[in-house]
Amino acid sequence: MSGVRVLVGTRKGAFVLTADARRRDWTVEGPEFGGWQIYHLKGSPVDPDRIYASQSLGWFGQQIQRSDDGGRSWSPVGNEFSYQGVPGTHQWYDGTPHPWKFERVWHLEPSLDDPDTVYAGVEDAALFRSRDGGASWQELEGLRTHGSGPKWQPGAGGMCLHTVVLDPSRPERMFVAISAAGVFRTDDGGASWRAANSGLNSEGVLPDPEADVGHCVHRIAMHPSRPDTLFMQKHWDVMRSDDGGDSWVEVSGNLPSDFGFPIQVHAHEPETVYVVPIKSDSEHYPPEGKLRVYRSRSGGNEWEPLVKGLPQQHCYVNVLRDAMAVDQLDRCGVYFGTTGGDVYASSDDGDSWTAIARDLPSVLSVEVQTIP
Amino acid sequence: MSGARKREPDATGGSRPAAGRRAGDTAPAEAAATVRVVLPEHLRTLAGIGREIRLPVSPPVTLSAVLDAIEEAHPVLRGAIRDHDTLARRAFVRFFAVGLDLSHQPADTPLPAAVAAGSEPFVVVGAMAGG
Repeated sequence: MSGVRVLVGTRKGAFVLTADARRRDWTVEGPEFGGWQIYHLKGSPVDPDRIYASQSLGWFGQQIQRSDDGGRSWSPVGNEFSYQGVPGTHQWYDGTPHPWKFERVWHLEPSLDDPDTVYAGVEDAALFRSRDGGASWQELEGLRTHGSGPKWQPGAGGMCLHTVVLDPSRPERMFVAISAAGVFRTDDGGASWRAANSGLNSEGVLPDPEADVGHCVHRIAMHPSRPDTLFMQKHWDVMRSDDGGDSWVEVSGNLPSDFGFPIQVHAHEPETVYVVPIKSDSEHYPPEGKLRVYRSRSGGNEWEPLVKGLPQQHCYVNVLRDAMAVDQLDRCGVYFGTTGGDVYASSDDGDSWTAIARDLPSVLSVEVQTIP
Repeated sequence: MSGARKREPDATGGSRPAAGRRAGDTAPAEAAATVRVVLPEHLRTLAGIGREIRLPVSPPVTLSAVLDAIEEAHPVLRGAIRDHDTLARRAFVRFFAVGLDLSHQPADTPLPAAVAAGSEPFVVVGAMAGG
């Protein structure tokens, strides 16, 4: 029988949650890498037993761990992330030039067709690639050396490249998102990049609210059957693009707040989208103390709250940008983790929710693998 | 920054000191000392080792020679104690021995004789931080 494996990265280790396809009874294993920050774990789409994990700690730096047996055992692989050439400077919070310096890996994105190839989005913002299962990493420096690099500025969490979206129909095309620089697209496998932020408006945040770069994009998502359609949760505003990021339109519609972090697309319905509204950038908790996932079945603008099984009073947690995922089963499973350490799952497209793990360390990331 | 790197890739894809004495080298004049090293828990777990390890270090037993020996014996610790490129001590790592804080000493500082003789350990510490 098929099943699911949920990979949970937290501030104090990694956890693996498993269930069969009914998704009723869950086994929780962990913590793995106890005490370390696990910003992200993700499995290879072509080899579910191959999983990569980003393990970091302020004291002792960055490690990349790899499992070849579905998370039962792990081995450290390469942890050297050296920028190509002279990195130069980006803007610091106060607008002064600040030298580029590697801090950590935020996101690992395994290739769609080769389990040994994996991309790493890092802070300070850059994209690295390994073609040897994580043993060595090479920067795709065309992104960082995009002419706008000196104008990039850190968001509150650091100047991170947090999202990597691979186009399944065009292997040379991918998208990345950087806080706070925006979205960039390559059409030549990462050699050259262009900003893809037309239509974004950061009124009150940027001196030029429609600048080419500088937008605090929190997450972008794509359904593999429609690679030209992208959904975005920006700092404020939920956006969509239907031309591969060439232009964006706002689809916040009737959301109670259009601030938030994660955004996901239903596995089988490319116009069904999920977000978790957060009250504001100065509060970082749900409106009215009610944890609500909002679902649009129309690709945005019209949203419905999904509350069954979620706390509807005194809830002041956040859901971070990499902490929501969908499985491939029918009906679609939706998963998210909170900064309060709870992991919620729905096995009915979001109609109802169950906590499948409680009181873990603060959740940084959630990914799910659908196991045949 | 690759242009200023002090290390070069080895055949395994890792890195090693580009110059200077390494743990496995034979000292022509003096036999290697056995240095006792105590690592913090997170690094022990990472390297899969116990509280204390003993490493051969060819004289002179300096700060950098001991750190080189640690990384040579346990490559997973490269980047965890010192920066990969600059070999600068990570900000929240401290080096103690015989009741002294050696963290701010130059890399070529000879370690106390008791460390070189193996009677006292060289201690790597995760600095106190937070509440």
